[in-house]
Amino acid sequence: MQLSVKHLLGIRDLIPQDIQTILDTATQFKEVLQRPIKKVPSLRDVTIVNLFFENSTRTRISFELAEKRLSADTVNFSASASSVAKGETLLDTVNNILSMKVDMVVMRHSASGAPHFLAQHIPAAIINAGDGINEHPTQALLDAFSIREKLGNIAGKKIAIIGDIMHSRVALSNIYLLKKMGAEVMVAGPPTLIPKYMKEAFDVRVEYNLRNALEWCDVANVLRIQLERQNQVLFSSLREYNLAYGINKKLLDSLSKEIIIMHPGPINRGVELDSDAADSKQSIILQQVENGLAVRMAVLYLLSGGREMNN
Amino acid sequence: MKTVLNEQQLAFTIKRLSHQVLENHVDLENTVLIGLQPRGIFVSDQVVQQLQQLLPAHKINYGKLDITFYRDDIRKELHIPNHTDIPFSIENKNVVLIDDVLYTGRTIRAALDALLDFGRPSKVELCILIDRRFSRQLPIQPDYVGKAIDSIVSQKVKVFWKQRDGRDEVALV
Repeated sequence: MQLSVKHLLGIRDLIPQDIQTILDTATQFKEVLQRPIKKVPSLRDVTIVNLFFENSTRTRISFELAEKRLSADTVNFSASASSVAKGETLLDTVNNILSMKVDMVVMRHSASGAPHFLAQHIPAAIINAGDGINEHPTQALLDAFSIREKLGNIAGKKIAIIGDIMHSRVALSNIYLLKKMGAEVMVAGPPTLIPKYMKEAFDVRVEYNLRNALEWCDVANVLRIQLERQNQVLFSSLREYNLAYGINKKLLDSLSKEIIIMHPGPINRGVELDSDAADSKQSIILQQVENGLAVRMAVLYLLSGGREMNN
Repeated sequence: MKTVLNEQQLAFTIKRLSHQVLENHVDLENTVLIGLQPRGIFVSDQVVQQLQQLLPAHKINYGKLDITFYRDDIRKELHIPNHTDIPFSIENKNVVLIDDVLYTGRTIRAALDALLDFGRPSKVELCILIDRRFSRQLPIQPDYVGKAIDSIVSQKVKVFWKQRDGRDEVALV
């Protein structure tokens, strides 16, 4: 069974069956990662380039490891050490790389829509590893995988996405995915960080009070305050943000039920999440990272399968 | 559709296969059984059940192996994987691989590759319910055969199981 798409540009383009297939396949890859030899030969003939025009630790290492665990050949590219600094255009850069017979492109870019633009102009399969403030589909998939693993199901669960909704591609991908899989979604944070018309556009709940949000949800997906994307003052200080929207152990203990804490990383400790909450047993942040590897293996595998047929 | 094994014959065949395995692996001392996903599991479940009746005190090491990621036709077709569950070490063990139909031998080739990623067994044997002989594309032969049949390429061997299809039967379609 193929996915309904040739590229993974965003969760927006996927149908629920695709998401189900990716998560089910990831379950099998998670088993592969427990084996004495954590590697399968499936993508032996595939060459993948990781194009990172923006900084990344987790996502890049995770993709690179996923590719290696599938036996693919990988090439890494970071914009700062390349001819991009000399003024080469995105399309020229990618076409030059593709003429060296590269089959798949994993790309992160600070411009929203950059992978969509590439997908219209090049034959290789593209996986979006985060584009500007648009989408970060593999993060949403690994979040969903972690929720499913922890709670058994996604449908009917209450997920609160908390923090900088306005600048977060993780938030957008998560909202698309969770709605498609039948979860109840709430976005919470200061009014200045939640775009207008969220409720109308995505049919999600909007909450400005942190405690109310935490009392409501089964899972709190806490987002990073993205200072690098904010060019105007949206809250007065990090300290004040922490006082109103920071999650700590004391707050979690005062809730009427035990909720699960997730965070896509990197954590601003002491801002959106205090250390005692980030490292508590309610937090599944490190499991998310582990699951990310299996989910990315599943995406790479599913997008490369039957490749001779496609050509 | 031509019946190859009816319900009673199928039951006897599985019983015989189980006894033959036990004949060569006394008390299953150092032996593990591994069924191949997805269809080999129906055979291996029943073989293991038989062996358990024959050795009630013994804890049988029984695993399930999926070979999807090791297939040689992955470039032509996308296959969705099944679950692998081998909760024990196969290092220096005698492994009996169990599948329903042996045809080209390509599945077993993939299974051997997959198996070696779990360790280095001292010996691997192959137990097969139906052997479509003279149709091998690789030099692979079974050690235990339920029934060997002659068939042509256009024919298919269908194995029906009670828990899935409502009846036990092997047929040539």
